Amino acid sequence: MTAAAITPARKGSGFWGAFARNKGAVIGLVFLALVVLMAVFADLLYPASPWDMTAMPFQPPLSEDALLGSDTLGRDIASGIAHGARVSLLIGLTSTAVAVLIGVFLGAVSGFYGGRVDDLVMRFTELFQTIPNFVLAVVLVAIFTPSLTSIVLAIAIVSWPPLARLARGEFMSLRSREFVHAAVTTGQSNLTIIWRQILPNSLSPIIVSASLMVATAILLESSLSFLGLGDPNLMSWGYMVGAARTVIRQAWWMSFFPGIAILLTVLALNLVGEGLNDALNPKLARKGRS
Amino acid sequence: MSNRLRHFRQSLTAAALAAALAAPVALSVPGVAVAQERGGTMNIIVQPEPPILVLGLNQQAPTQTVAGKIYQGLLTFGFDLTPQPELAESWEVSPDGKVYTFKLVKNAKWHDGKPFTAHDVVFSTSKFLIEAHPRARATFSKCEKIEALDDHTVRFTLKEPFGPFLQSFEVSSAPMIPKHIYEGTDYKTNPANATPIGTGPFKFKEWVKGSYIHLVRNDEYWKAGKPYLDDIYFRVIPDAASRAVAVEQGTVQQTQFNDIETFDVPRLKGLPNVEMTTKGYEFFAPLSWIEINTRNKPLDDKRFRQAMMHAIDRKFIRDKIWFGLGRPATGPVNSVTRFHEPNVRKYDYDPKKAEALLEEAGFKKGADGTRAKVRLLVMPYGETWTRLGEYVKQAMKRVGVDVTLETTDAAGWVNRVSNWDYDLSFNFVYQYGDPALGVTRTYVSENIRKGVMFSNTMGYSNPEVDKLFAQAAQTNKDEERQQLYSAAQKILVEDVPVAWLLEMEFPTFLDKRFKNAVTTAIGVNESYDSVYMVKK
Repeated sequence: MTAAAITPARKGSGFWGAFARNKGAVIGLVFLALVVLMAVFADLLYPASPWDMTAMPFQPPLSEDALLGSDTLGRDIASGIAHGARVSLLIGLTSTAVAVLIGVFLGAVSGFYGGRVDDLVMRFTELFQTIPNFVLAVVLVAIFTPSLTSIVLAIAIVSWPPLARLARGEFMSLRSREFVHAAVTTGQSNLTIIWRQILPNSLSPIIVSASLMVATAILLESSLSFLGLGDPNLMSWGYMVGAARTVIRQAWWMSFFPGIAILLTVLALNLVGEGLNDALNPKLARKGRS
Repeated sequence: MSNRLRHFRQSLTAAALAAALAAPVALSVPGVAVAQERGGTMNIIVQPEPPILVLGLNQQAPTQTVAGKIYQGLLTFGFDLTPQPELAESWEVSPDGKVYTFKLVKNAKWHDGKPFTAHDVVFSTSKFLIEAHPRARATFSKCEKIEALDDHTVRFTLKEPFGPFLQSFEVSSAPMIPKHIYEGTDYKTNPANATPIGTGPFKFKEWVKGSYIHLVRNDEYWKAGKPYLDDIYFRVIPDAASRAVAVEQGTVQQTQFNDIETFDVPRLKGLPNVEMTTKGYEFFAPLSWIEINTRNKPLDDKRFRQAMMHAIDRKFIRDKIWFGLGRPATGPVNSVTRFHEPNVRKYDYDPKKAEALLEEAGFKKGADGTRAKVRLLVMPYGETWTRLGEYVKQAMKRVGVDVTLETTDAAGWVNRVSNWDYDLSFNFVYQYGDPALGVTRTYVSENIRKGVMFSNTMGYSNPEVDKLFAQAAQTNKDEERQQLYSAAQKILVEDVPVAWLLEMEFPTFLDKRFKNAVTTAIGVNESYDSVYMVKK
């Protein structure tokens, strides 16, 4: 315990030092930055819409008019990947933000007040936890017809329960700490205590799980699009894999490149999440690294 | 040594050459006698599994394919849709087109041994089918009386002439039903429905639900010496990829209709053991189109619809989305059916013409390059239609029309289109060999019926077209009908009530050892009494 507390000072210091000690996390961060850049500059890289049939259909990679090949209708795969990055990141981030809002709010209320409120909120949470994530997401999107909003909401609705449980645990343990008792004694309102005292101190684990949740959200969105439940007007990686799977024996590249994009982005997010874990929860850092 | 080797090689080559040359000769000379011998089992895919095999009660495509071997109609139809004898050996039509007299074959028997007679025909057409079969009801309710003149002669007297009356005697339109089993019973709950009895070359043997339907040779079949096959298994394989693999591995010898997905077609076409044909669907002759709700702006403007015809490249759709299956459609009547009119306004692929038409109609480009906005409800019938939706969106964007895609499930699609809650959608319908049976219903204003699918859901109304279609159905003189239908087609192609896409073709994959399978316009739904297997 004491040893772990001392280690951060040994090599580099503070948040960045701890983060940078995890090489995987740095690689992940660099890759993620590239994906973000690609998403931001997609319109400059490929000014035409990714749905435009700019090349001959079924062009293999390294063709003149399509670097990564073209798909069954002659749409540029590379353009699809660049524009698809926007959709994947947008959906990943917004749905996670919504999930964090719901999860932390319910978890905070549940952990802070305890008793009846806790029982009620946790039974409600379990209701969602007993239904398989993906099945629920498919049902929600199918009912509300596929669109950007319905997909973001569906992913958020299936993702918040673990966050609620995490936040509840944090709030419960911090609730009995001296600084909270002190705050109560000084007459601060419950809302102020939750917002000013406990929440800032429980943020670290929440940030770590939220970063991993972005990866899960991207995977969920890809799976929904793969099944044809994506927004039909948005180009996304999952859609590209789904649309190309029918011709996978004739044209591997149509599903391979977007598949790789999903794999690497999700991997990068996981690496970054692990790095954040090392940096923000030094007490939990694994042995052998110190 | 090397000399001898070379000589050996040469003689080998010569022998191979001789064998190659001789083989077709050897096969073709005694071919007729040797080839059409008895024996052989055929495995055919059936998909989805039919709910019931009594063709008089259910006419879904898979039911037709299986039950077409058990039941028979009075007539069948050649590739050019001319009637050919089946249970009727000859027929006469009175000069005024109101009286049809059929002479029946004399030796036909039901599978339970009872003879097939004119009384069965009268029962089937005037009782059973009128109650249980919607398409037959529409036809036979036009009859004033249906009577048996003797055991093998039937006479139909119509209230007024009806052009496609003969087309109504094809097996799925009017299958013959045994009177001695069904008379006086509740047709739908008759216990005999589990063991269908027909006059066809194959008898029902066993049905293992979810797995296969087994039909065996009818030894008492009324055509001497037929059928040739011992039995037929219809295999239920719900997964499309598994169906393609079954063809590749040769475990099934035939697939039809939509069994093989379009994207698998090029691959399976190259297999050495199977051949592909698109013949044998002339009687159904489906035509696909973009359904246009002509009540909504901007689709109520004829010029906008004409611009759509110019903006969409039907060849591209055929080659890249349907992988070469089908023919670009030129108008409302499929060119393989009767009364098709080729001399109509042509809409070649030309985005410039499309833009000129839009410009003329007052759809100017806005600041963002958009002239108009419409929604497209994509038909939920699989990947191919989704790709088509994406293509149409891009093609319309090129001429400045912004298309928003909407997706839904099958029930939602039927619900929204039939209740007119859409701008654009896709659709395809069977034409049943005659415009009066399969084309009229889409375009006449009397068929604008809210809540009814496959009616005039576009809300297109043109009194001139209504009149032409009505007149053409009420005569049986072909030249006169051709004139009326030609006039109607010219008006329709000018008005573009729907944007026609493809005259669709279905691929039938057949094991090369099986011959004579596809011989008529109803193809795979035929009785298969002359199908035989070449043994090696």
